[in-house]
Amino acid sequence: MGTARGQASVLAAIAAGGVLGSLARHGAGVLWPSSPPAWPVTTLLVNASGCLLIGVLMAVLLDLTAPHRLLRPFLGIGVLGGYTTFSTYAVDVQRLLVDGREAAALTYVLLTPVVALVAVWLGTAATRAWRRRRHP
Amino acid sequence: MTVLLVAAGAAVGAPLRYLVDRWVQSRLDGAFPWGTLVVNVVGSFVLGLVLGSPSVSSAVAALVATGFCGALTTYSTFSYETLRLIEDGAWSRGAANVLVSMAAGLGAAALGWTLAP
Repeated sequence: MGTARGQASVLAAIAAGGVLGSLARHGAGVLWPSSPPAWPVTTLLVNASGCLLIGVLMAVLLDLTAPHRLLRPFLGIGVLGGYTTFSTYAVDVQRLLVDGREAAALTYVLLTPVVALVAVWLGTAATRAWRRRRHP
Repeated sequence: MTVLLVAAGAAVGAPLRYLVDRWVQSRLDGAFPWGTLVVNVVGSFVLGLVLGSPSVSSAVAALVATGFCGALTTYSTFSYETLRLIEDGAWSRGAANVLVSMAAGLGAAALGWTLAP
């Protein structure tokens, strides 16, 4: 992957995945708008589902003997990195505070990392357990 | 049109996250996910700057906010790297990653919002 061409294909895979993931996040926001002053439940669910999926993905990739070299850049760094967002999380806390919704800001700021960590753990653990049952 | 602007912003933001992460990670202690921290803090600042401005157009919001900042920053990698630290027994580094990311990310968003034109 040290060649310029190998590096270019990695960047292209990440860009393509990032576009798909970001469009999925944008689509979720159009279908279920919940930006402040509303409680930003859509961003929470987008981030939670993305964390669940990266847990599944990384457990699957560790299991594969020879995964395609663009699989992790495309799915992990591109699609799921583009789908989930830290910046909207941070700015939505600020927007809730500006709107005078201190309690909503507090629950949102604390709930998101807890849900995200439980989701990534769940995705990893469930995939590992499923693998053990299929190949004991 | 909005969809194209989101896609264009993401096509730059996602590879930029990868490049910044690799650049930062090659220069700092590899045991802590500094690269993800840097992109998340910078992206939060830029998004605060964009959305804090009352006159921001919907086109700029789609391109820079939803597309670029959304793809530049990541919650999935942040969570996965934290889980890896915890699973490796590096509890204090895992906790520090969560606390520093939250404090610096929220601080950067608030600063951007305050400085917005």
